[in-house]
Amino acid sequence: MSLLAVEGLTVAFPGNIAVREASFAIAPGETLALVGESGCGKSVTAFSVMRLLAPNARVTAGRILFDGIDLLAMTPAAMREIRGKQISLIQQEPMTSLNPVLSIGAQIAEVIRRHERVTRKAARARVVELLELVRIPDAARRIDDYPHNLSGGMRQRVMIAMAVACGPKLLIADEPTTALDVTTQSQVLDLLDDLRRRLGMAVLLITHDLGVVAQWADRICVMYAGRIVEQAAIGAFFTRPMHPYSRGLLGARVDVGADEHYSLNRLSEIPGSVGSAAGEAGCAFAPRCPLVVPGCRLAVPPLIAQGERAVACPVVI
Amino acid sequence: MQADKLVDVGSRAASRKGRRLRAFLRNPTFLAGLSILSFFVAIALLAGWLFPTDPQDMVAQPLLWPGDDPAYLLGSDSLGRDVLAQLVYGTRASLMVGVASAAIGLAIGMVVGSAAGYFGGWIDTLLMRLVELFQTTPTFLLVIVIVAIREPSLSTIALAIGLASWPTVARLVRAQFRSLRESDFVMAARSLGYSSTRIIVQEILPNALPPVIVAASVMIANAILTEAGLSFLNMRDPNVISWGGMIGDGRDQLRSAWFLTALPGAAIAAAVLSLNLVGDGLNEILNPRSDDA
Repeated sequence: MSLLAVEGLTVAFPGNIAVREASFAIAPGETLALVGESGCGKSVTAFSVMRLLAPNARVTAGRILFDGIDLLAMTPAAMREIRGKQISLIQQEPMTSLNPVLSIGAQIAEVIRRHERVTRKAARARVVELLELVRIPDAARRIDDYPHNLSGGMRQRVMIAMAVACGPKLLIADEPTTALDVTTQSQVLDLLDDLRRRLGMAVLLITHDLGVVAQWADRICVMYAGRIVEQAAIGAFFTRPMHPYSRGLLGARVDVGADEHYSLNRLSEIPGSVGSAAGEAGCAFAPRCPLVVPGCRLAVPPLIAQGERAVACPVVI
Repeated sequence: MQADKLVDVGSRAASRKGRRLRAFLRNPTFLAGLSILSFFVAIALLAGWLFPTDPQDMVAQPLLWPGDDPAYLLGSDSLGRDVLAQLVYGTRASLMVGVASAAIGLAIGMVVGSAAGYFGGWIDTLLMRLVELFQTTPTFLLVIVIVAIREPSLSTIALAIGLASWPTVARLVRAQFRSLRESDFVMAARSLGYSSTRIIVQEILPNALPPVIVAASVMIANAILTEAGLSFLNMRDPNVISWGGMIGDGRDQLRSAWFLTALPGAAIAAAVLSLNLVGDGLNEILNPRSDDA
């Protein structure tokens, strides 16, 4: 049974539908990457799982089953018990995600004491262990540091320590490395992957970086204009992307290993820009699609499962 | 900055506190205000020891000028009461009213402001209409009405001033909360399962405090002024000496013994000035734009 099953999730903002009938599942211990460009609904999907959407957003349809329980039907108090304990979130901005007036030790200890009955002393000991777990050097001394004493990468490690403090089953990482430089990025992602194995968590990794996906994810969900257009295992996706949008994404990468220097070739691109999907009758990608046929503009293509993978494009199947 | 980075990690906490302290000590405005204020606080605390007898006692010949009798350094009033003793005890009343009313005002203002700013929506609308209701009433008039309804005692006066001064704090705190509730660390706190109360008290409030602390010092100063005004209008506890009351009593001798009004007036001015200096200094030190830490 899957740990998290999102079924037909639709999230509406006033005058705009951000996520349309999104369905996906995460197995225990698995890393699922949710990929798409800015505004395609991937963060909204993640925040729906946490039930932390902006007040003007509404889930109009769908279920979110976590361990078989519908999170959308839970009381706010019960949901608070899930957050931080069963499902944790890492945000993209480590510079501003920590409270500037509290020491990092106090902030991590607070999470532990929120969800578990432990003494201050025991919590502090756990904090040192956690800081060591996220590989912060000299943890016993760093525990009383304030966020402004730490670099971006260190702060993101502290955020990770807070997120995994109570041993969650699912960790949602919303572009965890976007704000970090490339070397720090790979250290942080290595750390996340290591923690996933050690703590047996599942990870929902939200990113727009296909390099990150290739290296750290098990499966991928590609979103376009609020819909999931392709789901596949990583190997299959990178060797043979099926949806025209996925092909466009992979085609738009710089090929460093090629014989010619990459700057000599023109970088291929997807023509046009992501328009609002609201109000369109057919496939949202049709205006930009190289394989478009007249039928694409008539009805929204459903996500058709083909064994391990699923594609929302009848043309390529 | 470079030198700070070289400091050993173990002494980091100590050096941080030291830096804060140095920032306070480097600020001349704050230091000047603080020294005058500490002088008044010391006098208020030591009043009973400096003048063991009741300052209301008629101890001397009436209307002694300052310097006439070394036993009564600042002279005596028309009833033969020691002016210096009265000034010293008046410090007590003024500071007590100032601090108590500011505490009341801060408590109400912070609760209302944080609820309105954090929850928004109809709670915000309702609470802000209430704030506006209070703000459209002249403060001094409101205080007079409250004191007139109950008997004029120090605690009533403090309560009345506190009830009249909370709207300013509420607006200030609300503005802070409205911007802070959108910050990433509040979202992080939500994602960790913290309740609204915990987020308000533990996450947002400490970040919202600096401007409130600055406002508090000005509130105490305003309360001292209001209390003096009330006492001058005879809305005072007749058993308690206060600066405003001394001015009111000395009014009749304004032309013959002007020092009876001038001395308590100077005391009020000095106390209010010291609090304003402290407020200005705190504003400079706590202002995030000048914070290099």
